[in-house]
Amino acid sequence: MSINWQKILTPILGLAVFAILWEALVWYMGWPTFKMAAPSDIWPAFLRFQPLFYEYGWQTLWRTVVGLGLAVVVGTLLGMIMGLSRVMNDALYPLLVGFNAIPKATVVPVVALMFVGQHDFNTILVAFMISFFPIAVSVAIGLSTLEPEYRDILRSLGASRFTVFWKIALPKTLPEFFGALKVAVTLAFIGTNLVEIITPHGRGLGHLFQSAQINSDFPLMFAVLIALAILGIVLYYVVVALERIFAGWAERSPT
Amino acid sequence: MENLIEIKGVTHAYKTKAGPLPVLDDLNIAIPEGKFCAVVGPSGCGKSTLTRLIAGLMFPDTGEVWLHGQIVKSPRKTVGMAFQNPVLLEWRTILQNVVLPLEIVAPGMPKRQKEARAMELLALVGLEGFEHKRPSELSGGMRQRASLCRSLVHKPEVLILDEPFGALDAFTREDLWQTMHELRAEEPFTGLLITHDLRESVYLADQVVVLSGRPATTQYVMDIPMPSPRPINMLYEPDAVEKLARLRREIEIAQGRVPAEGGA
Ligand SMILES: Nc1ncnc2c1ncn2[C@@H]1O[C@H](COP(=O)(O)OP(=O)(O)OP(=O)(O)O)[C@@H](O)[C@H]1O
Ligand SMILES: [Mg+2]
Repeated sequence: MSINWQKILTPILGLAVFAILWEALVWYMGWPTFKMAAPSDIWPAFLRFQPLFYEYGWQTLWRTVVGLGLAVVVGTLLGMIMGLSRVMNDALYPLLVGFNAIPKATVVPVVALMFVGQHDFNTILVAFMISFFPIAVSVAIGLSTLEPEYRDILRSLGASRFTVFWKIALPKTLPEFFGALKVAVTLAFIGTNLVEIITPHGRGLGHLFQSAQINSDFPLMFAVLIALAILGIVLYYVVVALERIFAGWAERSPT
Repeated sequence: MENLIEIKGVTHAYKTKAGPLPVLDDLNIAIPEGKFCAVVGPSGCGKSTLTRLIAGLMFPDTGEVWLHGQIVKSPRKTVGMAFQNPVLLEWRTILQNVVLPLEIVAPGMPKRQKEARAMELLALVGLEGFEHKRPSELSGGMRQRASLCRSLVHKPEVLILDEPFGALDAFTREDLWQTMHELRAEEPFTGLLITHDLRESVYLADQVVVLSGRPATTQYVMDIPMPSPRPINMLYEPDAVEKLARLRREIEIAQGRVPAEGGA
């Protein structure tokens, strides 16, 4: 297989053009750095705080991943309960919808008060709370819309409910699951940053952003934003790679 | 010859919000071992319900379903099923799909042996060379062939087919009829075929049962005394044409379009 250069070069070129236009705009308007940073200011800002970027970046990353992992476990379990039992679905669905409707920014102070000083725990908790909903719903829908014939081909041979779940229902919901996971990973990342920005002394990239804002350090704020964007992209594509591995069969080859 | 499948006075109703919905009413069918029975009847009269009762996925309110001299009380490993929708698993290759029942019925069987058995059937239905393809890469007819292989891979005593050829074009369908006869010649099984196609029922079956409208009872039974591999031309012989006309009349009676006295 040959490398598709066009696929690699086009986004890079796009980025470069964007950076040049940005630089030109700042230069043309003559904005000072406390008003608007130019791309050429961002790299030095990053170098100045390089160790902090690595330390805080790692913190943001692992908190997000643990929160998302929790969301996957709890969301899948909830989805299974709701998808396999009509009664549980009717009982849990309104609760879930209501919970999901609460703006998560209002949850952060509540959580912070409930578990004062537990920064890691709080951050993971919010990342989890904000991201488990799409997973639960997609698993529930995937399981409850399984055509009866799929069950019958195994059940007519005397297979147990678990076997039917393991061999058919679970793999069949994987595409929906990964669709939801792509949404959830972004949400978990937002949750992590929300807590890091709102609660003081929280550390993480959000905290670095917060302190940059207090000092009106525009170049640093932009540097953090770009670091966050990179982290977000990495997280997203990790999920995409997992999807390719475990649910690649659902991808139709282009015709 | 012993009756392998016996439906004795089966009555069944679904519980719905609007109260019980009677679907089967004192239904009687007997299929001797090795024979092929086609069941025809108006849409929604309870044919799929009948297949689920025979497979042990549901149980009748009254009456009994006998399989091989025993009352059906649970699903059995000796039953194979195929439906109008081939329901192949998209994440498995054709070969892995066909092997699936063996994973349940004979978990201890070495993988090689399972796959060899599956390949045997795939070759029989002309799917050799497609075993490593995904279902989405196959045509509708090929998928239905694979589904047939899956229903037969564990050498079931009883094959239950619920309109397996219903969604196929006429040529593919006739092709598959041929395949059915070849499969029967190769490995004998007792079959129950639900169909809407009278020609299909006459060409494939040794016995055609016409069900009445819902709730379904056994309205009419016709024997087709012909050897199993049959030339497709038999459908154009006067005898078959007469049989088809008779069946059509029975269906019209079942649908309530013609009063029963007006027949014969
Ligand atoms: N699970 C169920 N609950 C309630 N009613 C049902 C259920 N399954 C089927 N029915 C009803 O029972 C009747 C018979 O259904 P069944 O699927 O056995 O008919 P059928 O003869 O196979 O129809 P078709 O020829 O269209 O496939 C229908 O009126 C259907 O609406
Ligand atoms: Mg049906």
